[in-house]
Amino acid sequence: MRALATTLRAELVGAGGVVERNFYLTKRYIWWDLAWFVWTVANTLTIVFIAKGIEATGGTLDVNAVMTSLLIGAVIWAYLGVLFEFLMETVAWERWEGTIEYTFMAPLSRAMHLAGQGLFAIAYGLLRAVFLFVACAFFFRLSMPDANFLAAFVVVAIASVSFLGIGAMTSVLPLISPEKGTQLGFVAQGTLLVVSGVYYPVEVLPGWMQLLATLSPATYALEGTREAILEGAPLSAMWDEVWPLLLIGGVSIPLGLWVFRRGELYAKKTGKLKRSG
Amino acid sequence: MTDIQDAVLVEAPARRGNAAVEVYELRKEFRRRDRGRGDKRPRVALGGVSFTIERGETVAILGQNGSGKSTLVRLLSTLLLPDGGYARVLGHDVVKEPRAVRRLVNRVSVEASFFKKMSPAENLGYAARYYGMTSRETRDLIPEILERVGFPAERRDEPMESLSRGMQQKVALARALLTSPVVLLLDEPTTGLDPRSKLEVQEFIREIRETHDSTILLCTHDLNEAESLADRVGILDRGHLLALEPADELERRYGAETLEEAFFAATGREFEAETDEDDDREVFA
Repeated sequence: MRALATTLRAELVGAGGVVERNFYLTKRYIWWDLAWFVWTVANTLTIVFIAKGIEATGGTLDVNAVMTSLLIGAVIWAYLGVLFEFLMETVAWERWEGTIEYTFMAPLSRAMHLAGQGLFAIAYGLLRAVFLFVACAFFFRLSMPDANFLAAFVVVAIASVSFLGIGAMTSVLPLISPEKGTQLGFVAQGTLLVVSGVYYPVEVLPGWMQLLATLSPATYALEGTREAILEGAPLSAMWDEVWPLLLIGGVSIPLGLWVFRRGELYAKKTGKLKRSG
Repeated sequence: MTDIQDAVLVEAPARRGNAAVEVYELRKEFRRRDRGRGDKRPRVALGGVSFTIERGETVAILGQNGSGKSTLVRLLSTLLLPDGGYARVLGHDVVKEPRAVRRLVNRVSVEASFFKKMSPAENLGYAARYYGMTSRETRDLIPEILERVGFPAERRDEPMESLSRGMQQKVALARALLTSPVVLLLDEPTTGLDPRSKLEVQEFIREIRETHDSTILLCTHDLNEAESLADRVGILDRGHLLALEPADELERRYGAETLEEAFFAATGREFEAETDEDDDREVFA
């Protein structure tokens, strides 16, 4: 029992070390991150302006509601981008700096290593998403009188667990292909969002894509967030979104760890952990 | 979970007496694409290497680029899976009990690998957490260890990228020592250093030998370094360990007056003479 407690303590300290390292790195690259944030704001604005454009060309729509809906889609897209980027960096950045072998020979379990990476990614990503949402909503003077922001925040936080599992699967790609693995991670992010109704209702998708949408945690995150912000739905009314997220999280986390583990074993067999390309 | 999947291993006998490192018929090969040909061919990085290092002993492995030194260190660090044989650290198998091994070993490699924008103190801090050491435990320990390796206190908070190679290598030594490893793996720790930094790092390795209970495996292609730091010197050539004895016995065995001559007699070639094949092997081995 005591040995178990000691191991658990060491694991938690180790996961804290991953958070600590990411904090240092974020601090060092903060100006680059701010520049990147400006790009994200610009990108988000172009998407939200689409609603105004439709109105200007004679379309009839509730501009405020459509703009808010597009904004939610763009913010979730940006959030997922940050989350996946951090998880991809589990391997990619460390390989570039040359620290990967030191991390992988430390007695920290891969589960806690990825948990530390994911925890920081969620915290940083959520903070960034809040800033992005507020900045764009302020820019367009969007009105959200019924919004339940707390419920929206909680839904995204719950969805993040599922995103971490999927992110763990994609983060192994740079281990398998040091040259192209990182780019393939963005394919996963794009695919996930295209079937999840990021800027449109899932119902407009072809039948087979709607089937895929039911398996995507982003579908429920987007639906839940829109219900909370546009209709003011409380968390208690969002069980239809919450239980699939919990279920997908329950499957994707162990599956993500298993996939990462297989990738790690492959890299250790073939010597790809060493390569710095 | 262990790393045993897909590795072909022999059944290891019980741990020998006071052995810190036991390596038996350890094999590793990599497949790489042939120049001018499309197919991948196996290249033997280690071809059945066996040796034992006693606790507190320092063993140097001499070999040219591509001889298999780094592969050996990586196998002992659990960073590679062997294709055959076994390796154990204090009785723990590197494949079956990787986490137990990881607690016991640490390593300094030829590249002082760090997050370049972070300071030495920050790099050492987060690395120590991976070994379960809290910030309270390392608050005093990190400055103490940096001081011991001769790192100037006033540069502790500078980014690594502003430090010389020699300084970075001192931080790498500090990182390895911070976790109090029972087995210290030094993979060409002085390669590329200026003469002064080289002497300082060698002096510190000597100090570790004398003041710690550490067992040291030093892989190097510096003959003087091997002779002056190690209790026994091994010659690793193209993945095969040709000899492992105290330097003077090695010289006597090959009727040589110097270690360089002994190396020449053992391998049949000059120490610095490297062929295209060595270059080719270096990619992995």
